[in-house]
Amino acid sequence: MSVQQDTLARTSGRPEAEQHRIDKALARKMRKRGDESKFWWLIPTVYIIFLMLPIYWLINMSFKTNQEILGAFSLWPQNPTLQNYAVIFTDPSWYKGYINSIIYVVMNTVISVLVALPAAYAFSRYRFLGDKHLFFWLLTNRMAPPAVFALPFFQLYSAFGLIDTHIAVALAHCLFNVPLAVWILEGFMSGVPKEIDETAYIDGYSFPRFFVKIFVPLIASGIGVAAFFCFMFSWVELLIARTLTTTAAKPIAAIMTRTVSASGMDWGVLAAAGVLTIIPGAIVIYFVRNYIAKGFALGRV
Amino acid sequence: MEKTWNNKAWFMVLPVLLLVAFSAVIPLMTVVNYSVQDTFGNNQFFWAGTEWFEEVLHSERFHASLGRNLVFSFIILAIEVPLGIIIALNMPRKGWGVPVCLVLMALPLLIPWNVVGTIWQVFGRVDIGLLGRTLANLGINYNYVQNPMHAWFTVIIMDVWHWTSLVVLLCYAGLVSIPDAFYQAAKIDGASRWAVFRYIQLPKMNRVLLIAVLLRFMDSFMIYTEPFVVTGGGPGNSTTFLSIDLVKVAVGQFDLGPAAAMSIIYFLIILLLSWVFYTVMTNYDAER
Repeated sequence: MSVQQDTLARTSGRPEAEQHRIDKALARKMRKRGDESKFWWLIPTVYIIFLMLPIYWLINMSFKTNQEILGAFSLWPQNPTLQNYAVIFTDPSWYKGYINSIIYVVMNTVISVLVALPAAYAFSRYRFLGDKHLFFWLLTNRMAPPAVFALPFFQLYSAFGLIDTHIAVALAHCLFNVPLAVWILEGFMSGVPKEIDETAYIDGYSFPRFFVKIFVPLIASGIGVAAFFCFMFSWVELLIARTLTTTAAKPIAAIMTRTVSASGMDWGVLAAAGVLTIIPGAIVIYFVRNYIAKGFALGRV
Repeated sequence: MEKTWNNKAWFMVLPVLLLVAFSAVIPLMTVVNYSVQDTFGNNQFFWAGTEWFEEVLHSERFHASLGRNLVFSFIILAIEVPLGIIIALNMPRKGWGVPVCLVLMALPLLIPWNVVGTIWQVFGRVDIGLLGRTLANLGINYNYVQNPMHAWFTVIIMDVWHWTSLVVLLCYAGLVSIPDAFYQAAKIDGASRWAVFRYIQLPKMNRVLLIAVLLRFMDSFMIYTEPFVVTGGGPGNSTTFLSIDLVKVAVGQFDLGPAAAMSIIYFLIILLLSWVFYTVMTNYDAER
């Protein structure tokens, strides 16, 4: 470390014009600093191909008929058909699964973020009795294996008559999403200097008005990142969602397990259903792409 | 940041506390309840003490699934962490390549876990899957349904496919936070590629790497859906990890006592790990 600081001190001592020239030359060199060779792009490309192949195979299958899937082996559909998608979009027991999933995921995201906002503010600004223990306890819930909770959840929500409702799944997913949201938001809020709060109070803002008018806009990207992760973990979770629902609120992921019919597996429809579950995630990623890396780092997910 | 002492902050934490208490403490109490009682049906329970705990701790089945889970976690960490670092180091830093890489790499993270299982189940099948077909054409008698080694190979490569991007994204976030001046200094000193990595990039990634390792360890320790869909824990019990075993006992056999005792032991292991995680993290923050 000392060597670097030494060098930094040396470079900053040069005349400005010379410094500028060095900077430009270095910037040119640094463009290829990923690796000294010209083939740095090979590694991410190969990795992305590895990621995309299984997904491509699913998409490929979704455009084939079952006869073609089981019969001829081909890298792309010979007779592309939309039949599999038509099945999903016309059969209510299929498309309702998507609606159910989206309803409870959105409910969960809204609840998690709203509840986590004041708590994250408290953790980032104040010390209070038992704050560190509380924070650790919240964290342990993120680490709790869903398998441990599946059966007790079923009994708890049965007792309240909430089985097979969207709110039951939304509340159950709060178990891991609320701690996560608190954690991420606390990271972002700690990055906002405290002087902003104090100035606002001197200016005569009440706390709720300050919070909504000034503070929330400042951490808007943090809220976006928190919402993204809540969406993500609620969308991909199946064990708890399946345990708590029977028909009316059954998520699409659980419905997919019933494609075994008398005539064997309905591979085409299964593939089409799978492709359709990837799309919401892809859309969400596209919108938050610039914040993902930042959210992972600052949010300490 | 200097924080003020204010016990009224409890009121702001209260909603979180109530919500998480409802969804964590009450269910956990149910589990504790079951773990110390026995029943002959009819909802009549009687005290069983530590009987279930002793049974679980001495059962070979529990030892076996715990062992499998530890081996699995170790293997995927040994693959995903170095691979994630290498990919993150070679990712573009600016231009159109950045969003393309980020979006495509993050995609597997947002696929529902059972769909991940389905994708690999289909992909690995010898009759209809690209991977299975290719391996079969190469003369490898690949069959993850019957061969335990092949089942392990499938589950591991699936996890690498699913989660390496998390390590990549975390490392990338650490790398982009390094100021250009550091690289300029290294260039002037004529530092080698390895020295740049060892003394500039690695220290900056330390923190995120710690998060990555511990997150991946814990999540792989709780893995359920993906191997369940692909192998169902088989062939035999060869891919039955802790969560799969637990669900088998609790839902399949409805042995509430042993299942509850197992849940608590399982949870305590994870709690211990979270505590280590948290302590290391906070100490690391305090040092800086």
